[in-house]
Amino acid sequence: MIRFVLVRLFRALITILAVVTFAFVVLRMSGDPAQVMLGPDVPQDSVDAFRKAWGLDQPLWIQYIAYLKSIFTGDFGVSMRDKASALRLVMERVPATLQLTVPALILKLVIGIPAGVYAALHRQSFADRGVILLAILGFTIPSFVMGLVLVLIFSVMLGLLPSGGQDTWMHGVLPTITMSIGGIGILARFSRSAMIEVMGQPYIRTASAKGLKWSDVVWSHALPNAAVPIVTIVGFMVGSLIAGAVVVESIFSWPGIGRLLVVSVSNRDLAVVQCILLIIAATMVVSNLVVDLLYGWLDPRLRSHTGH
Amino acid sequence: MTPLIEVRDLVRIYHVRHGLFGRPTPVRAVDGISLAVMPGETLGIVGESGSGKSTLGRMLLGIDAAQEGEVVFDGKPMPASRTLEWRKLRAKMQLVYQDPLAALDRRLTIATQLSEPLEIHRLIPREHRAARVAELMNAVGLRPDQATRFPHELSGGQRQRAVIARAIASRPKLLVCDEPVSALDVSIQAQIINMLRDLQQQHGIAMVFISHDLKVVRNMADKVAVMYLGRVVEEASADVIFHSPMHPYTRALVSSVPRAGIPLQGRAILQGEPPNPANRPSGCAFHPRCPLARDLCRIDAPQLKTVGHERTVACHVTAGEDARIAA
Amino acid sequence: MANVELGEARTVRMANGRTSRLPQTVPPLVFLGILWLLTMVVVAAFADHIRPYNITAMDLTSRLSAPGSTKHWLGTDELGRDVLSRLIQSIRLSLIIAFGATLLSAVCGTLLGFAAARFRGAVEHVVLVLADFQAALPFLIMSLAVLAFFGSSMVLLVCLMGFYGWERYARIARGLAIAAGAQGYAAAVVQLGATPTRVYLRHILPNVASTLIVSMTLTFPEIILMEGGLSFLGLGVQPPETSLGNMVGFGREYLTRAPWVMLAPATVIMLTTLSISLAGDWLRDKLDPTVS
Repeated sequence: MIRFVLVRLFRALITILAVVTFAFVVLRMSGDPAQVMLGPDVPQDSVDAFRKAWGLDQPLWIQYIAYLKSIFTGDFGVSMRDKASALRLVMERVPATLQLTVPALILKLVIGIPAGVYAALHRQSFADRGVILLAILGFTIPSFVMGLVLVLIFSVMLGLLPSGGQDTWMHGVLPTITMSIGGIGILARFSRSAMIEVMGQPYIRTASAKGLKWSDVVWSHALPNAAVPIVTIVGFMVGSLIAGAVVVESIFSWPGIGRLLVVSVSNRDLAVVQCILLIIAATMVVSNLVVDLLYGWLDPRLRSHTGH
Repeated sequence: MTPLIEVRDLVRIYHVRHGLFGRPTPVRAVDGISLAVMPGETLGIVGESGSGKSTLGRMLLGIDAAQEGEVVFDGKPMPASRTLEWRKLRAKMQLVYQDPLAALDRRLTIATQLSEPLEIHRLIPREHRAARVAELMNAVGLRPDQATRFPHELSGGQRQRAVIARAIASRPKLLVCDEPVSALDVSIQAQIINMLRDLQQQHGIAMVFISHDLKVVRNMADKVAVMYLGRVVEEASADVIFHSPMHPYTRALVSSVPRAGIPLQGRAILQGEPPNPANRPSGCAFHPRCPLARDLCRIDAPQLKTVGHERTVACHVTAGEDARIAA
Repeated sequence: MANVELGEARTVRMANGRTSRLPQTVPPLVFLGILWLLTMVVVAAFADHIRPYNITAMDLTSRLSAPGSTKHWLGTDELGRDVLSRLIQSIRLSLIIAFGATLLSAVCGTLLGFAAARFRGAVEHVVLVLADFQAALPFLIMSLAVLAFFGSSMVLLVCLMGFYGWERYARIARGLAIAAGAQGYAAAVVQLGATPTRVYLRHILPNVASTLIVSMTLTFPEIILMEGGLSFLGLGVQPPETSLGNMVGFGREYLTRAPWVMLAPATVIMLTTLSISLAGDWLRDKLDPTVS
C-alpha cells in the first residue's frame, strides 16, 4: 500500500515538473514580452532596460534554473502590469473562483448522481428518458452559449437576476448554474450507465434472490460498486470545472482567476500566467491523486495490486 | 537419415518479477532438452502445465529464442525470430494453436485467411489461389460454402480445421501442434486427430504433437517424450511408453489412461502439487511426488540414460545402477 | 453456428470479402441527426455558392435588423453584415477546423499507440507519460497559453486542436494492439511469416478501426465546442474570418438589442453537437454491443 501511494506521488511530482517546463518553454519561446508590454513606438534602450529588469536577456537555461528556484521559494515573479507579486495577485482572486466552483461541484454531485441512479433504477420510465434527454442537452450546449442564453432569459427578458459583476449573492446564481449544468448532465448520464452495469451483474441477482429488501440491495451492494467508476469521473470533472470557470467568469465579468488568466494571456503577462498554470496543474494533480487513493480504498482488488 | 529438426541442450530462461521493486528470479522453462524428429515422423510431447512443453514447441519454430543450445532445421541453424530469413522459413514450418478462435482474425472470411500464407510467400500466382484454397478446404473437411463465413460463424471443430488448412497451405515440412484438440468436444477430437493423421501420411509432414492428454497422443505419435519441469524424463516409441513405462511419472500418467475392456488395476496416483517452475525442487525435480524417491534423488538430478533401442530414461531408481531393485 | 438475425438485416458485401450488416431501421432521432449533419456538410462544401452576401459586406442602412426580412433572412449585425451569410461561412470554417483536427489527432494518436505497443520499453513509457501529461491539464488552459503567444493563425489553430484527445486514441490503439499481439490473430499472422507492416495494416488496424471511429465521433463535437470557446474568448479564429464561436462572442455585445446575432450560431452549434452525439452513440451500439 505504501508503495502504491509513493508511486502515485512520484508520478504526480513528475507531472507538475513537466507542466512547469511546458509553461516556461511555451511562454518564453513564442515572442518578445517586452515589445508587447511597452508597445511598438518605444525606443530600443527602454526595451533593453525593461528586458534587463525582468531578466529576459539571459540565456534560456539560466532563466529556467532561476525560475525553478524561485518557484520553490514561493516567488512566482511580479506581474508586469501591476508590479504586484504574481502570487498575491492570483491568490486574491482565488476566493472569487471558489465561490463559483465549489457550489457548482456540490450541485453537480447532489443533483447529477442521484438523478442518474434514479434513472438507472427506473429504466424506460418517463424519469429515465427525461434524465437522458436533459443529460444530453447538458453536455452538448457549450457553457458560453448556456451562459448567454440564461442571461437572455433571466436578466434581459425577465429582469430577475443581474448579468455581471460580483456585488451580491444574487450575482453568483447565474454563473454557478451555468457552470454546473453541463456537469450535471455528464454525471447523470455516467452514473446511470455505471449503475445499469452494476445492476446487471450476477451478484445483484443473487443478493435479491437471497431475500434482501430491494433498498438494501441497492444501498449495500449496487451503490458501493457503482461508486468506483463514478468517483473516477468526478476526479476528471475537477479539471473541467477550472476550464469552465475561465469561460463563465469572462461572460459574467466575475473577478476570479479564470478571467485573470484570459486577461493575462492577452497581455502576455508571463508571471501571472505561469502562476495560474501551476496552481491549476497542482490542483488537478492533487485531485487525481485523491481519486487514485480513493479508488484504491474503494476497490479492494486494487489494494493488493503490485505495480505495473 | 538425417533428422528434419534437431535441438541440442536447449535452455530457455525468463525472469519473473515479484512486485515493483522485487528482484527478478530466473525461471528455467526449458532446461537442457535434446530431441530429434525425422521427416514424416510424429513426436509426441507430454507433460502437465508448467512442464515447459509449449515453450519448447515455440522454440522449435524459432518463435522464442534459446538462451543456450541450438535448433537446427534441415541442416541449418534456426534464424533469429522475426528476421527476413525466419519469415521465409515459415513456409516450411507451421504452428497449430490450442484456441482456434483467437488464432483467426474475426473480421476476415475463412477463404481470405486460408489464402494469406499463399499471398505472403507468393507461392501461387493470383489466378490459381482460389483453386488451392478450395482444395485445402476439401482436404480438411470444410464445405465450399463455408469459405465466405467468418470464424465466429463456425463451430469449434470447424475453426480448428480452418486453422489446420491455413497451416498446411504452404506445404510445410514440419507442423507443431500445441494442444490442438484440448478445447474441443471429445467426439470432435477424434475426427480432428484422424484428419491430422491422414494429412500427415498424404503429405509426409513431420509433426510435433504437444499435449497433456495421453489418450490423444497415443493415437498420433510414433515417438513420445515425457516432460517434467523443463526436462525430458523419458523418451521412447509410443508403444513402448504405453506398454512398459519406466519413469515413475510416466507410469502414473499411463496408468490413469483408461483402456476399453480392461479394468483399472494398480493405479499409480500422483501425490502433491503440480510443479512450479519458479520454485524447483533440489536434485530430481520429481522427487517430492515420487513414490520411489530415495536420498540420492533429493541430492542429484538424474541424467537421461539409454536403456534400450531408442529409449532413454532419467531416473536413479528405475534406470540407474539400482534398476533391478525398483523394477 | 449461424449469426442471430436482428429484425431485418441486409448483408452488404464489401470489396475484399468482408461483410457487414446494416440494419434497415434507424431510430428517428438519430435519423434526423444524420440528416442535419449531412446538411451541415453540404453547406460547408458549397458555402461560396449558397451565401447570399459576402461576409464583410456592410449594409449600413439596415444595421441590427431583425430576422424575417426578405433581404436578410436572419437579420444583420451591428455593421449591417448579413447574419445568414456569416453563419454559412462560419459553419464551413468550424467544420473544417474540427474535421482537420479530429483526423490529425486520430492519426497521430493511433500511430503513437501502435508504436508504444510494438516497441514497448522506453518508447511506451514516453508515450504514456505524454498521455498522462496531456490529461493532466485542462485543454482550454493549455491552448490559451499557446494561442495567445504564438498568435492565432489558422494553421496553428488546427494544429493545436489536433492535439485534442490524441491520448485517447493512443491508449485505445495501444491496448488493442497489445491484446492482439499477445494471444491472438496478430501473433498467428506473424507466425505465418507476415511482415510487421502487413500485420498492422491488414489485421490490427481494421480491428481497431471501429473503436477508433467511435472515439472520433466523441471527440469531434468536443473539438467544435473547444474551438467555439476559444473563439468566443477572442483567442481562436480572428476577424475578418468568422467561426461559430467567434460569432457568438461578437453577438454578446448586442444581446439585449439583437439577440439573433448570437442565437443563430448558438443554435447551429447545439444542433450539430447534439446530432453527432446521437449518431455516435447509435454507431457505437451497432459496432460494439458489448459496451453499454
